[in-house]
Amino acid sequence: MSTQWIAVIGTCAFAFILKFVGHSLPEKWLAHPRIGRINALIPIVLLTALVTINSVTVKTKIVIDHRMAGLGVAIIALYFKLPFPVIVLGAAVGSAIAYHFSH
Amino acid sequence: MSVKRDSFSLSFAVGAYGTAFGAASATAHFSILQTCLLSLLTFSGASQFAVIGVVGAGGSALSAIATASLLGTRNALYGIRMAPILKVKGFKRIVAAQLTIDESTAIATAQDNEKDQITGFWHTGFGVFIFWNIFTLLGALGAQAIGNPSAWGLDAAVPAAFIALVWPRLVDKKTRLIAVGAIALSLVLVPFTPAGLPIITTSLLAIVVGWRA
Repeated sequence: MSTQWIAVIGTCAFAFILKFVGHSLPEKWLAHPRIGRINALIPIVLLTALVTINSVTVKTKIVIDHRMAGLGVAIIALYFKLPFPVIVLGAAVGSAIAYHFSH
Repeated sequence: MSVKRDSFSLSFAVGAYGTAFGAASATAHFSILQTCLLSLLTFSGASQFAVIGVVGAGGSALSAIATASLLGTRNALYGIRMAPILKVKGFKRIVAAQLTIDESTAIATAQDNEKDQITGFWHTGFGVFIFWNIFTLLGALGAQAIGNPSAWGLDAAVPAAFIALVWPRLVDKKTRLIAVGAIALSLVLVPFTPAGLPIITTSLLAIVVGWRA
């Protein structure tokens, strides 16, 4: 079975289990402030690491390329509070232009 | 009535992002079927982008599953909050669990009476589900129709989607510092660890900082 299939099946299964477990736990579990703090920080570190890895690495090497132009456009769009589709499309256009200049 | 209108507009706006996921997933060499299954069965944007982000960067299936699942833990906390409001059992509880995401919980908790909370949850949950899946398919078909993804800038669309998801969470000095820490830690690990591991390792930062402060 391919990496993709294992990743898809595993992710789908765990995603649903987590959602269902939430609906079956007593409400007082939410009360612990430590759980709340860690839960708020986890998306920040994981999403930041995902930005980093997907923009400046290829496999296990650090590679600075056309993707940086796309990331730059995304950051400018975010600074001006533009909507999500504009951010993603803008990044794609910026990266595509840089790709054509460097190839 | 306004809760139904709010639910619909949010559902359409969020659902349209499914195009970006579908296109990015096809670019990361996931088939149309795999892409659509992720949107139907995982149905949690950040987790879905994480799977294709980790596998697309050459990471193992295990790293991808672990990263996506850690991002999905917040849905469990939403479920704890929503269950006493929805009060559903059996098959309805299974459906409610699947529809428990950022948007359905946000709309529900923004209402000031229980009837609107319940309406908001179901309308937003089903609304996002329908639009997210339609747009995922359109995005995947669109990306497959074009040739080299790099030439179209699609390899920058994935980090752009992630940075758009994390940006609103960087609200103060502490959150910005921990983000800088995550960048540094993941980059330091890149040359020494298999792809995918630098991402999941940063969760330790969240646990250490969240445990103490």
